[in-house]
Amino acid sequence: MNDQVGVRGRRWFQALTGDDTSQSGDPGSVLASKASLGSREALFLCVVPNPESRFPCVRDGQVGLEEAYALASHIRALIAEDEDKPKEEKRPIVAIVDVKSQAYGRREETVGIFLAAATAADAYATARMKGHPVVSLIAGHAFSGGFLTHGYQANRLVAFDDKGIVIHAMHEEAAARITRRSVADLLRLGHEIPPMSYDVHDYARLGLLHELLHMESPEEPVASEVAKVRLSLTNAIADCANGERDLSNRWKNPQANVMRKAGNAVRELMEQEWQRA
Amino acid sequence: MNTEDTIMEFIHRRSFIELDARGRAQSLLDEGSFKELAGPFARMQSPWLPMQGVAPQSDDGCVVLKGKIDGKPAVVISLEGKFQGGSIGEVSGAKICAALDLATRDSVQGTPTPAILLLETGGVRLQEANLGLAAVAEVIASVLSLRPHAPVITIIAGTVGCFGGMSLVAGLSSYVLMTREARLGLNGPEVIEQESGVDEFDSKDRALIWAIDGGEQRVGMGLADALVEDNVEAFTTAVRSLLAKGIPAVHRSELVDCYRSRIEALDVTEQIDPAELRAQWRQADVEGGVR
Repeated sequence: MNDQVGVRGRRWFQALTGDDTSQSGDPGSVLASKASLGSREALFLCVVPNPESRFPCVRDGQVGLEEAYALASHIRALIAEDEDKPKEEKRPIVAIVDVKSQAYGRREETVGIFLAAATAADAYATARMKGHPVVSLIAGHAFSGGFLTHGYQANRLVAFDDKGIVIHAMHEEAAARITRRSVADLLRLGHEIPPMSYDVHDYARLGLLHELLHMESPEEPVASEVAKVRLSLTNAIADCANGERDLSNRWKNPQANVMRKAGNAVRELMEQEWQRA
Repeated sequence: MNTEDTIMEFIHRRSFIELDARGRAQSLLDEGSFKELAGPFARMQSPWLPMQGVAPQSDDGCVVLKGKIDGKPAVVISLEGKFQGGSIGEVSGAKICAALDLATRDSVQGTPTPAILLLETGGVRLQEANLGLAAVAEVIASVLSLRPHAPVITIIAGTVGCFGGMSLVAGLSSYVLMTREARLGLNGPEVIEQESGVDEFDSKDRALIWAIDGGEQRVGMGLADALVEDNVEAFTTAVRSLLAKGIPAVHRSELVDCYRSRIEALDVTEQIDPAELRAQWRQADVEGGVR
């Protein structure tokens, strides 16, 4: 595993907002800031490692209880502030994603981390359904329950085109163990079976991304690249206005027509059968 | 009750857990009222499993029945824990999503169509990794679309439990029903032991597992709505009573401040005692009237 998880997230958050400290009342692992993007103000959110966390199992950048509830609080506050505004004025949310996973801890399970994760996903999805453009910028790792909690409910997903980007349901060692393969076999299979792959190019083939953004220096935000990311996010936000408020863009696109053929056939058949049932 | 009556009751009791996914789904709907959608004869199976030498199943482990409960429309979505651990792949995920989206469309157009999810699942199917994870994100979105228009009821009955990404779906549901045998959590005990060590969680300690994830605990601490005995009549009765209650005024996953402050108040220097936490939260629910 890359032990640098969260470093990129923090750097890009800082580059885009000029801010890199947590707000009072928030855990040190959650960065939230309202900053300008294009011609408007947006809420930026990021989860970063906090070695001081009182929850031991989130110290390396995992998303735990406090992280999920802090994210949900910020999103719910924005929804409330913009409640009566017309759709065009509802402020965008940008989730900067560089998360190792959900927290794998006994404290978290005891308290019910499933509900915490659901609460954050609910807040993101509610914002999207109410007309806030929600865009995720995948700047590093986007793993499993961490990604479901923080970022996967966005209208549009933008990822850096870079070897440091890993989007997956489970990290290599664990996935190999559970599917009873060697890590080498798992990685080889990934090239033949795109949904298994750890390579962001294969992920892009699934049709889930809005944009794969080529970067010269994904680890060090330089001015020209920051401008490029801002432009990409602004375009993605504008694109939200043209689309549905659900996630159907992820399976209604030319790439998904190929890679998610089976799933799309299911939807089509069920639509027909539903009418007759 | 005398011994003979007890024995007779035991003999005549129809276990819900012992039914397969299709049988459980059928038992909840009015007799003769339902039709299976994308059923096994449609042969909608995983394209990814055969590529890895794993036998697919013609319903991909997910049964969708559209029918009626007490004469009113409902859709039941039932996962088969015996096939690939009830895991979510491209096809089963699309089935769940499509069923929820069609129920939403009907509900919005004036025919309220509640969804009942029978979740027996370890979460994302790792052989379809990124399409499974994407499907779970889409199921979450679809539950949230339906929930304002018709109740979404999750039932966790069997011993597979409900883990991984699908535990979020339970967290988002209008209501959750569990048996004593069932478990609900994000990370299964084996996963925690592997990732964080046996000192963090001993996955062989069954008492500990049920003390944390078990139905009695989850209902007791207010994270699920009712504990149901393992028999068909108990489930049909419980489902009907929740449908009669309708859409809750507030969903558990909207109670951000309530749970955030409870977590803030926890002492986490040591592991948390599940029974003490249950008593505290129960008391808080009684005093605060959570929902």
